[in-house]
Amino acid sequence: MNHWIIAPVLLPALVAAIIILVLRYQVITQRVFSVASTVALIGIGIGLLVHSMSGQIDVYELGNWPAPFGIVLVLDRLSAMMVLLTAVLALAVVLYAIGSGWDKRGHHFHALFQFQLMGIFGAFLTGDAFNLFVFFEVLLIASYGLMIHGGGAVRLRAGVQYVIYNLLGSTLFLFALGTIYAVTGTLNMADLAVRVADLPASDTAMIRVAAVLLLLVFAVKAALIPLHFWLPATYAEAPAPVAALFAVMTKIGAYAIIRIYTLVFGTDVAATADMIGPWLLAGAIVTLVVGMIGVLGASHLGRLAAFAAIGSMGTLLIAIALFTPQAITAALYYMIHSTLAGAALFLVVDMVRARRVAEDDAIAPRPAIVQNGLIAAYFFAAAIAMAGMPPLSGFLGKLLVLDAVRDHALVWLIWATILATSLVAVVGFARAGSLVFWNVAPEVDHTPAPHPQTALTFVATGGLIAAIAMLTVFAGPVTTFLSETSAQVFDKQSYIAAVLETARAIEVENMPLEGSQK
Amino acid sequence: MEYLLASAIGALTAAGIYLTLRLRTFPVILGISMLTYAVNLFLFASGRIAINLPPVLLNNTPTYTDPLPQALVLTAIVISFGMTAVVVLIALGAYLSSNDDHVNLSDGPVDAQEPSK
Repeated sequence: MNHWIIAPVLLPALVAAIIILVLRYQVITQRVFSVASTVALIGIGIGLLVHSMSGQIDVYELGNWPAPFGIVLVLDRLSAMMVLLTAVLALAVVLYAIGSGWDKRGHHFHALFQFQLMGIFGAFLTGDAFNLFVFFEVLLIASYGLMIHGGGAVRLRAGVQYVIYNLLGSTLFLFALGTIYAVTGTLNMADLAVRVADLPASDTAMIRVAAVLLLLVFAVKAALIPLHFWLPATYAEAPAPVAALFAVMTKIGAYAIIRIYTLVFGTDVAATADMIGPWLLAGAIVTLVVGMIGVLGASHLGRLAAFAAIGSMGTLLIAIALFTPQAITAALYYMIHSTLAGAALFLVVDMVRARRVAEDDAIAPRPAIVQNGLIAAYFFAAAIAMAGMPPLSGFLGKLLVLDAVRDHALVWLIWATILATSLVAVVGFARAGSLVFWNVAPEVDHTPAPHPQTALTFVATGGLIAAIAMLTVFAGPVTTFLSETSAQVFDKQSYIAAVLETARAIEVENMPLEGSQK
Repeated sequence: MEYLLASAIGALTAAGIYLTLRLRTFPVILGISMLTYAVNLFLFASGRIAINLPPVLLNNTPTYTDPLPQALVLTAIVISFGMTAVVVLIALGAYLSSNDDHVNLSDGPVDAQEPSK
């Protein structure tokens, strides 16, 4: 067994414990540990990605219990890619939090941040549906703390909404898992894939209910309309570094949809094949429209960024809803892009907010902020990326999505929606940018607003934009890797074989095993 | 027994959904608690109902009850317990800082921050 697979879960957990128990009152040392841990996670992520490139699926059996009896972590190209993406985003976020002083505005930022990373990595790596629930809860409970970091009445009230919404989502997740277990008698994803495919046609009513319940849970996470109501207030009111990290939270929903609805309830499973894709596609199209109209209508930059995140999830879910290898390739490319671009946009919004006298983020004329031109350039780059205009990777991502839907029956609707909403987004971003950066109100007292931010914030945000530029420049190799990734995602049999290999070896030895036990 | 358990789950879920749709945080939190009780019973029943049977295979017992849902319920109880504590604290903080325990944000605190110019 390759023990590095569990390192992305263990390292943040240990570092978080050290930070909270030993370094409680030492902000500088906390920062050192947090950054060091995140850099190490990038290293591990690169290592795992290179390892996964061979196409081999690695299984880590916790406690050496073979699947489906024990819990497994599974490393394939998709999970390795998501781990590295999260680690890269986490480094930019933690640097920004240090540079802007956000981590000093309340207690335990770095500890909660590391726990959040642990939950995210666990969700990407686990091969067990109930374990996925547990890691969702780990990342959620850390995100509740991060969401209300720094306090304030409005943030706390937005936090209450966020927590309540996600608690309901968790309850729904448990109902779905209970239904799945009642029908199949297992919760290991590979074992589920075998058993769901083998279900007799007369016995599919319950599993169809379970599949839809599970889709609702992931749709809450992915902010699919009409389950997106938690997102705008949460993202707009959360501390900026946290909102930027949350850019990957919606992608966890998208990742879970890709994983479960190709492996367990795949397009070749007769019971569920005809209902997931169409529902998801309809929801995704509405999500895209609502998100981009929200961008146009936003009165505050925070809301603008939040609705841009909803719109990008719409584009992403349109590609996912087709469940073809080409569309998943496009979806994965757009997923990397929109995570980085969404995070960059949230950080730029916070840079504006920190420099204003009233620390507000209204899209309205205000006295010119310090470093107006530089921040305007950053906003411009992030807006181009988010709206999907050339030359950045948002354009390539949307092009890949448009190309992937070419053979779909509703191609005219999808093309019209994506192109029209892109135009709406361009107008929305142009309006916001020109009102905020160009339409400068006369200064009242000629004292430039003080701001606590250091150059590190520019490094962090610039790093994200540089990553988007790199994603554009190296689009060729990246898409080659991603098409191999999506081919592996659709190759159910090798995943199942890799996970259940040990258990089958034992079964061959004729040990008495109860089939219904996990 | 099946009828009793099923109607208990149904009643708890109905009460929970009704309470979570209320306007103030306290009934909503009670509703979430009701829903977690319902889901715990539901998970428990997902391994089929077996009464007075051991949860592990013993040498001379032909039948046994499924131990896995019991482990799942234990995990779910612990998690929902922690989550309820968190939501109570955050809701209390929100109430104390804004003197208002409505769940919605519709009275426009975001716009209220705008300086009047």
